Amino acid sequence: MEAIKKEHELIVTVSPHVKSEESVSRIMWSVNLSLLPALVMGIYFFGPKATLVTALCIITAVLSEYLVERALKRKVTVSDGSAFLTGLLLGMNLPASLWSFSPFTIHVPIIGSFVAVVITKQLFGGLGYNIFNPALIGRAFLLISFPKAMTIWTQPTAAFFGMDAKTTATPLGLLKEEGIGKLMEVFGDKMNLYTQLLVGHRAGSIGETSALALLIGAAFLLFKRYITWHIPFSFLGTAALLAWVFGGKDPHTGKMLFFAGDPIIHLISGGMLLGAFFMATDYVTCPSVRKGQIVFGIGCGALTMLIRLKGGYPEGVMFAILIMNCFAPIIDRGFKTKVFGAIKTKETKA
Amino acid sequence: MSPLTFKGGIHPPDKKELAKDSPIKEAHIPQRVVIPLSQHVGAPCKSLVSINQGVKKGDLIGEPGGFVSSPVHASVSGKVSAIGEFPNAMGRMVTSVVIENDGKEEWTSLKDNPDYLKLSADELKEKIKTAGIVGLGGAAFPTVVKLTPPKEKPIDAVIINGAECEPYLTADYRLMMEKPAEILEGLKILMKTLGVSKGFVGIEDNKPDAIAKMKEAAAKESGIEVCALEVKYPQGAEKMLIKATTGREVPPRGLPMDVRVVVQNVGTALAIYEAARYGKPLIERVVTVTGEGINNPSNLMVRIGTLVSELIGECGGFKNGVGKVISGGPMMGFALPSLDVPVTKGTSGILVIPEEGVIHAEDFEPCIRCGRCIDICPMGLMPSMLSVLSEKGRYEEAKEYNLFDCFECGSCAFVCPSKRPIVQLVRLAKSMVKP
Repeated sequence: MEAIKKEHELIVTVSPHVKSEESVSRIMWSVNLSLLPALVMGIYFFGPKATLVTALCIITAVLSEYLVERALKRKVTVSDGSAFLTGLLLGMNLPASLWSFSPFTIHVPIIGSFVAVVITKQLFGGLGYNIFNPALIGRAFLLISFPKAMTIWTQPTAAFFGMDAKTTATPLGLLKEEGIGKLMEVFGDKMNLYTQLLVGHRAGSIGETSALALLIGAAFLLFKRYITWHIPFSFLGTAALLAWVFGGKDPHTGKMLFFAGDPIIHLISGGMLLGAFFMATDYVTCPSVRKGQIVFGIGCGALTMLIRLKGGYPEGVMFAILIMNCFAPIIDRGFKTKVFGAIKTKETKA
Repeated sequence: MSPLTFKGGIHPPDKKELAKDSPIKEAHIPQRVVIPLSQHVGAPCKSLVSINQGVKKGDLIGEPGGFVSSPVHASVSGKVSAIGEFPNAMGRMVTSVVIENDGKEEWTSLKDNPDYLKLSADELKEKIKTAGIVGLGGAAFPTVVKLTPPKEKPIDAVIINGAECEPYLTADYRLMMEKPAEILEGLKILMKTLGVSKGFVGIEDNKPDAIAKMKEAAAKESGIEVCALEVKYPQGAEKMLIKATTGREVPPRGLPMDVRVVVQNVGTALAIYEAARYGKPLIERVVTVTGEGINNPSNLMVRIGTLVSELIGECGGFKNGVGKVISGGPMMGFALPSLDVPVTKGTSGILVIPEEGVIHAEDFEPCIRCGRCIDICPMGLMPSMLSVLSEKGRYEEAKEYNLFDCFECGSCAFVCPSKRPIVQLVRLAKSMVKP
C-alpha cells in the first residue's frame, strides 16, 4: 500500500501506451544483413580488393556521419545502421579495381562515401530529409568525376592471391557496344550466359553481379515486410517489357527489331536487381503511398531501359532511380489516400 | 465464413489472459465516493443536493444541464459531505459531490416491471434518460441522444459492440460470458425504441466462448445476428464495427445514423435493460483492473465515484514498480496524473504498466516515410504527412490531409519505427485550426 502514496512518480504520456518493437535501426541493420549474400559473392569473385573497397566506403560513411553530426550539434545516429548501409551500398556499386595504387584511385571510394553521407544526406537535414538516395548520388558523383577509374572492370577470378585480374567489359557493355553476338561468343550459349549471370561470374560492380544472392536478400526483405512488391515488381516488369519490345537488334543490319529483345539478360545483368530491390525501395527517397510506388517503379524501369537502349551509358539504373527520386514527393501528393467512407460502397447486408 | 473486418488496422499483443478468467465481483464499497457532475460528453449537471443532505442509493443528485447531457445519481446511501471542485481522471477540476457512506445500502424506490417490452418507445427512452445512461465503451456519450435521431435520418439496425479491441480489457467479455440474456434484452429494448427489426452483436474472434454464449442466447430471437469479427485493432471503433458487420461506410465526418445505424456497447445494453426493467440508474459499472504492474488483475463491479487508489488496493497493489496508471486501454486510454481520482461512467479499465514497460515519448526520430502508418490507418489517412505538417506548424495544410477525420486510435503511433508521437501531433494540429 505504500507504493500507492508515491503518486507523484506516475508517468503521464500521450496514448498509445504500447508500441511495436519495430525501429529504424532494426530495419536498417536488417537491410544490411540482406545484402550480405551478394557481398559475399562479390568478395568471392573479386577477391580482397572488393573487401577493401567496401570497407573503405563503410568506414568513411560512418566516420563522416559521426563527425558531421558532432560538428552540426545533431544527435549522433551512427548506431542506427543507416550510414553503414549507405557505405555498404556504395561499395557494392563500385568496381573492385578502385583498390589500386598505380594509378592511384584509393581516394575515389572515400570521396564518394563522403559526398553520399555529408552532402546528400546530412546537409539536407539527415536521415528522413534527403531527397536523393545517398549511395547513388555518391556513385553518380564518382562516375562523372572519375569516368575512367569507375569503368575499369575486372574479370572475376575467385582468386584470393594478389594476382592482377584481366580487365574486360561488363555484359551490358558488350551488349551495347558489340551486340548480342559478341556476348554469345564470350559466354558460349544462352544457358551458360544465364547461369553465369545468376551466379555472378561476370564483370561488374562488387555487389551487383550475383543475381541469386541478391534474390535471396530480396526474399528476406519481402518476407519480413521491410519492402513490399510494389516498387521492385513494377520496376522489373516495366524494364522486362521494354527490353522485350525494343531490345532486339537485327544481327546483320543492326537495326531495331521489335519484340525480339531478351528481357532476362537485362533483368539479371547490370545493377537491375540491386537497384530494384535495395535502392529504389529506400523509404526516404521513394513515394510512401503504395499506388504511387507502382508509378515510381514504372518510371524507374522505363528510364533504365531508355538509358540502356538509347543513352550513352550501357547501364541506366542509377540515373533512373535518381531522376525518379525527384518525383517522389509529387507522386505522393498525386496519390493521396482516400479517406474512409469517401466513396459510397455497395451495401452487402440488411 | 471468415471473420468480418475492415481495411487497415494492427495487431498489438492482446494481453487479455491477465484478467479474462476472473469473474466479475462486487468491489469493496468505499467509505466515501466522489461523484463528478460531468462524466459525459455534453453539458455538466446542476447539483440538486446540499451539504449534510441525506441521500439513498440511486437518488438523483445532478440534473442534466442541456439536451446533450445526462443525469447523475448517488452511488451509495449516506450524507453529502462536500460539493466542490475535484480532479477527474483527465486531471481537470470538475464540480463533484462527495458522499459519506452510511453503510446501510438503502435504495431509492425501485420497481420491477417484467413487462418492460410492452412499454412504448417514448416511455423506454424516458427510462433510459432518467437512469443517466451514457456510452460505457469509454466515450460516455448520452445514450438517449443517440436514440433520438432527427426525422430525416431513419434507423434500420442496432449494433451491440462486443469487439473490445483494446488490449488488456476484459470487462465486456466478462459481461457477455455472465449476462448474455440481459445484454440481449437490452438490445431488444434498443430495437423497440428505434422501431427497427435488425440487430447485430459484433464480437472479436479471440472470444469464441463469448460468441458461443451470445449465439446461444440469440438463437430464439428473430432478427438478431451475432457476428464474429477479425481480431484486429481498432475493430471496436464505431465506423470500423459498422463496416465489418453491415458493410456500410459512414461518410467522412459523419455519424452512424448517416448509414441508418445506432451502435451501443455491451455494458450499455445491460444498463439499458436494468433501467427499463427495474428503473435502476447507472450507479455502477464493470471495470477491468489489470496490467503487468498489478498483483491481482480482476474485473470488478465498481460504484461510480470510487477512487482509483481503492481499486488498486483491492487488487493487491502494485508490483514490479509502477510506471503508468492508465484509465481505459493502452491504445486510447489516458495516463492518470494521480490515483485520487474517481471512477466515472466512462471508465472501462484501470491498466497498470510497470516502470520498465513504459515507452517514453521524447525519444523519437524523424519520419523516414516508410509508409507503414498509411498502410494501417483504418480511416485511410496519411498519418506521416499529418505528423510532419503538425511538427512544422503547417496546421492549415494538415486539414487538406483530412486532419479532422482522425479519431486518434493510435495505430499509426503503434507501428511507427521512428516512435513518433503521431497522436499528440494530430491533437496539437486539431487544436490550432478550426475544422
